Amino acid sequence: MHPGSTRLGGAALTLAYDRRVIAENLTVAIPDQSFTVIIGPNACGKSTVLRALSRMLRPNAGAVLLDGRDIHAQSARTVARTLGLLPQSSIAPDGISVAELVARGRYPHQGLLRQWSREDERVVQESMAATGVDDLADRLVDELSGGQRQRVWLAMALAQQTPLLLLDEPTTYLDIAHQIEILDLCARLHEEQGRTLVAVLHDLNHAARYATHLIAMRDGRVVAAGDPATVVTADLVNEVFGLPCRVIDDPETGTPLVVPAARRRAVEPA
Amino acid sequence: MRFRPRALAVGAGAALLAAGLGLVAIGSGDYPMGPADVLRTLTGGGTPAEQFIVSELRLPRLVTALLVGAALALAGTIFQSLVRNPLGSPDILGFTQGASTGALVVVVLGGSSLALAGAAVVGGIATGLVIYALAWRRGVHGYRLILVGIGVAAILTGVNGYLLTRAPLMDAARAVLWLTGSLDGRGWANAGPLLVVTAVLAPVVLVGCAAALRMMELGDDTASALGVPVVRLRLVLLASAVLLVSFAAAAAGPVSFVALVAPHVTRRLTRAPGPNLLPSMAVGAALLVGADLLAQRAFAGHQLPVGVVTGVIGGGYLVWLLAVERRAGRL
Repeated sequence: MHPGSTRLGGAALTLAYDRRVIAENLTVAIPDQSFTVIIGPNACGKSTVLRALSRMLRPNAGAVLLDGRDIHAQSARTVARTLGLLPQSSIAPDGISVAELVARGRYPHQGLLRQWSREDERVVQESMAATGVDDLADRLVDELSGGQRQRVWLAMALAQQTPLLLLDEPTTYLDIAHQIEILDLCARLHEEQGRTLVAVLHDLNHAARYATHLIAMRDGRVVAAGDPATVVTADLVNEVFGLPCRVIDDPETGTPLVVPAARRRAVEPA
Repeated sequence: MRFRPRALAVGAGAALLAAGLGLVAIGSGDYPMGPADVLRTLTGGGTPAEQFIVSELRLPRLVTALLVGAALALAGTIFQSLVRNPLGSPDILGFTQGASTGALVVVVLGGSSLALAGAAVVGGIATGLVIYALAWRRGVHGYRLILVGIGVAAILTGVNGYLLTRAPLMDAARAVLWLTGSLDGRGWANAGPLLVVTAVLAPVVLVGCAAALRMMELGDDTASALGVPVVRLRLVLLASAVLLVSFAAAAAGPVSFVALVAPHVTRRLTRAPGPNLLPSMAVGAALLVGADLLAQRAFAGHQLPVGVVTGVIGGGYLVWLLAVERRAGRL
């Protein structure tokens, strides 16, 4: 990992939906080979930033650069070979099997003259194996549980074989065990495959435990960015979320663990 | 994409069925001919009388039926896939009504059948533009398109009713027949424009857009993450579908339910997810040729407009489908 080197980032961004401005003069950088997690309260603009980084939202000012070039100057297909995205909501067509859905991740590598190949088949198999859905290959996606389905979507994004992968709240709607399962999987993909991951997460403790680089946002601004061990402090949590808390060491991993203040602590005894 | 043997078999089977029904259709009528005679005449043999009957009277009608069926089925599949709703068909979204409005204006003002066909095309395209503009907000999305389309369809139905009351009685009767959808007396002049439009647009859609359309079924965000230029692709597909519907209406009037039912039948037969564009076209063609054969021969000495048959069959099929799905607990 080269500290400071970034293939993906944005400078002086103004992000807006129609006339509703979400962020102004925002600068973000995603360190290469990092597992970057963006956190912040609801409506702080974290998902909007992810949309801008993934070419889905065109900035009103500033530019998102991917490999040094404006991401909007590159074709959707070119970008899709470098940068993958797992959106918050996807639709599985009726009657599609797991293997067929994962195979759709190969779309950006195909063309009129380049049809389905043995290489595509191999990547699909590998992606299903990496996410542990290979034994579900012939099952219909409709029949799967929420946790299995999310692993299938992740497998589809992996089959896209992009060095950068963006995940928009990948653990939403999952129970705690499946949340940890997905995050463990992401951490393994990050370590074993050397991919750069960028995730938007709601749970601060998950972020502190899994991220190698943390970006904390509030009101469309980046409040702090860096190693979770130094970024996550009681003061920062209070500043970003307005939540009085204590930060202790996670007994499992040694990473920061945020413990919200008890109701009574407001009138703390001396 | 990977090979789907079942979809291929359904497409080939429907195409064969359409060809077989076509042979029967050409052979039947006031001057009956056996399939062998029909084939001999089609390949240049036969008596001059047979040549005239086949190539000037019955073949253009058959070709029009095949094209209208295939074009409506293709357009219906595109609409249903784009709005992600099984009811997303041009009859419901207002495009068919727009084509009818164009045609009725010509009926009221008085004009040739060529002008009527042209006006139907213009009406369909204009309606497409209006609906697209009204539904536009950072791209055109499924639900907005359906709601705007239903609204426009309701308005145009009213306008069409008004235009009918303004038409002279004889013309109004002719207009009602046109509005039902009919293949009576269709010649090469009717088939020609639709043939050209289909020959251009079918490859654009089948070769250029089919794989991307399949990705769009995963949702706009996922499709865009996979490298599909979502907004541009949707515009190309909507424009193609509107043109196909408009020219089909110009050739045979607004034949009902084919665009709605053909994709459903195809999906049930192929059991394949996603839009089955080519098999749908074959099924639509077979459906319309079969319906026209029934319309001409079901009641001896009394020909029905084909739209009556497609309406009854299509509507009945839809009701049956809903009942079956309901019983299976899928609805």
